[in-house]
Amino acid sequence: MIVEATGIRKSYGGTEVLSGIDLGVPEGSVLALLGPNGAGKTTVVRMLSTLIRPDGGRATIAGYDVVRQAAAVRSVISLTGQYAAVDENQTGRENLVMVGRLMHLGRAGAHRRTGELLEQFGLTDAMDRRVKTYSGGMRRRLDLAMSLVGRPRVIFLDEPTTGLDPGSRSTMWEAIGELVRDGTTILLTTQYLEEADRLADRIVLLDHGRIVAAGTADALKARIGGERVELRFATEPELLKATAVLGAVHAGDVLSVPSDGTAKHLHQLLDLLRDNGLQPERVSAHRPTLDDVFLALTA
Amino acid sequence: MSHQSVAAALSDTATMIDRSVRLARRNVDTLFAAILLPLLMMALFVYVFGGAISTGTQYVNYVVPGILLLTTGYGAASTAMAVADDMNTGMIDRLRSLPIRSVAVLTGHVAASVARNATATAIVVLAALAMGFRPNAGVGDWLAAIGLLLLYVVALSWLAAGLGVIARSVESASTLSFFMLFLPYLSSAFVPPETMPAWLRPVSTHQPITPVIETVRGFLTGAPVGNNGIRALLWCCGLLLFSVVLATSLYRKRTRR
Repeated sequence: MIVEATGIRKSYGGTEVLSGIDLGVPEGSVLALLGPNGAGKTTVVRMLSTLIRPDGGRATIAGYDVVRQAAAVRSVISLTGQYAAVDENQTGRENLVMVGRLMHLGRAGAHRRTGELLEQFGLTDAMDRRVKTYSGGMRRRLDLAMSLVGRPRVIFLDEPTTGLDPGSRSTMWEAIGELVRDGTTILLTTQYLEEADRLADRIVLLDHGRIVAAGTADALKARIGGERVELRFATEPELLKATAVLGAVHAGDVLSVPSDGTAKHLHQLLDLLRDNGLQPERVSAHRPTLDDVFLALTA
Repeated sequence: MSHQSVAAALSDTATMIDRSVRLARRNVDTLFAAILLPLLMMALFVYVFGGAISTGTQYVNYVVPGILLLTTGYGAASTAMAVADDMNTGMIDRLRSLPIRSVAVLTGHVAASVARNATATAIVVLAALAMGFRPNAGVGDWLAAIGLLLLYVVALSWLAAGLGVIARSVESASTLSFFMLFLPYLSSAFVPPETMPAWLRPVSTHQPITPVIETVRGFLTGAPVGNNGIRALLWCCGLLLFSVVLATSLYRKRTRR
């Protein structure tokens, strides 16, 4: 386990924000900490990245203790916080070169690494513009690029796509996916089940400073019932007939059918209804949200 | 510290100085304010109030040293804001999670502050000459005046950095640094302390800015410096020591894990 934590806890002014968390992340894998605001996700990340000290428990990164060997930990990790830590009045290139020099890559080394990262994150065209002219998505990509300058073995990403539009979000997902393919270990926090599902090998559900559930995305989804397709019909006889045809149950005027979310399954469903002379008026896909997960797992 | 870690710390400091100077140069509003406000104040005192103030010399010659210190105050206030900005955004977390001496971020801002103030001061001196300021100083006097002003600027910039570390927001940094702008008005910058009410006179005479102003005034206009020189030097060194210790220990406290 390149990231290992046992029983880490933290209180602020008598209020316990983390009450004994155990985590393990194998090298080259992605762990998502999923939870609502105030669950303690950011506290875990700040603790593992040496910014705050645990009140109890022990954590190591690549074998280094986050409290006693903080400097060694800092040389193998990088942190990308919730708010893009970039200088608005420097250009993208200047921001990257600055970090390169702080990582003591030397002048030529810093420039070479900057070129690579600008290329990798699609920022080459904008590299000589000041960051204040960048879009939200470009800022986040630059922020992520800055945390990769020193080729960290473990990357902490605190809510990497919060506040981004869908287009920028998927670009960010691709960028993170590329890091995973390069074998980097990632620990990310998110409020979106979809994001955890898309990026992570394992998901840890956090609520009120405790681990509520942990496992692969599939295992968690299996526990909460996965995706469903909801069908509505123009008349009640049609609804009742469809309920019988599909062998499902209806709640009120909605017929809810379990689904794997693929187009293929939807086709099969609609074909079967058409063969029986049925045409739903409306079709909608319902993916389990974080709310559903919490209701299912904390009930 | 080993040679290697000293070299690393120096390199980190150089990188942060580079950054802060670049940011200061590009923050046009701040730069403009740092230069324009003292110029306006100088014009106001020389052309509007000056005629009514009797100092026994040409008023412009009396007031310029005070304006120079006022300039420093404006410049230092923006340093407090720049530090507060770093402390209260993600930048400080990024720097702290890197294997560097993150206190270099303060040194960077102080260096930028000194550079900005030196530029502003040079422009103010040129403008003063255009407004009729006629110094009576040799090369040695100029060097002594510049040296003392530099020491004062460095000390005040560290104080500003300390205020920036305490401040919970950029706005409160601006408020905290207000007194640095206010102190010159209670000194001998604009009027001789003898013209103030008896209760205010000791405040004016014994506050740090008055001996600095009197010394600079002495060097530039040939007025007697007296024991103001040594008092100014002691005040500046004391302020520098106090401010560096304050800023770095507050920084350590705020970033302690």
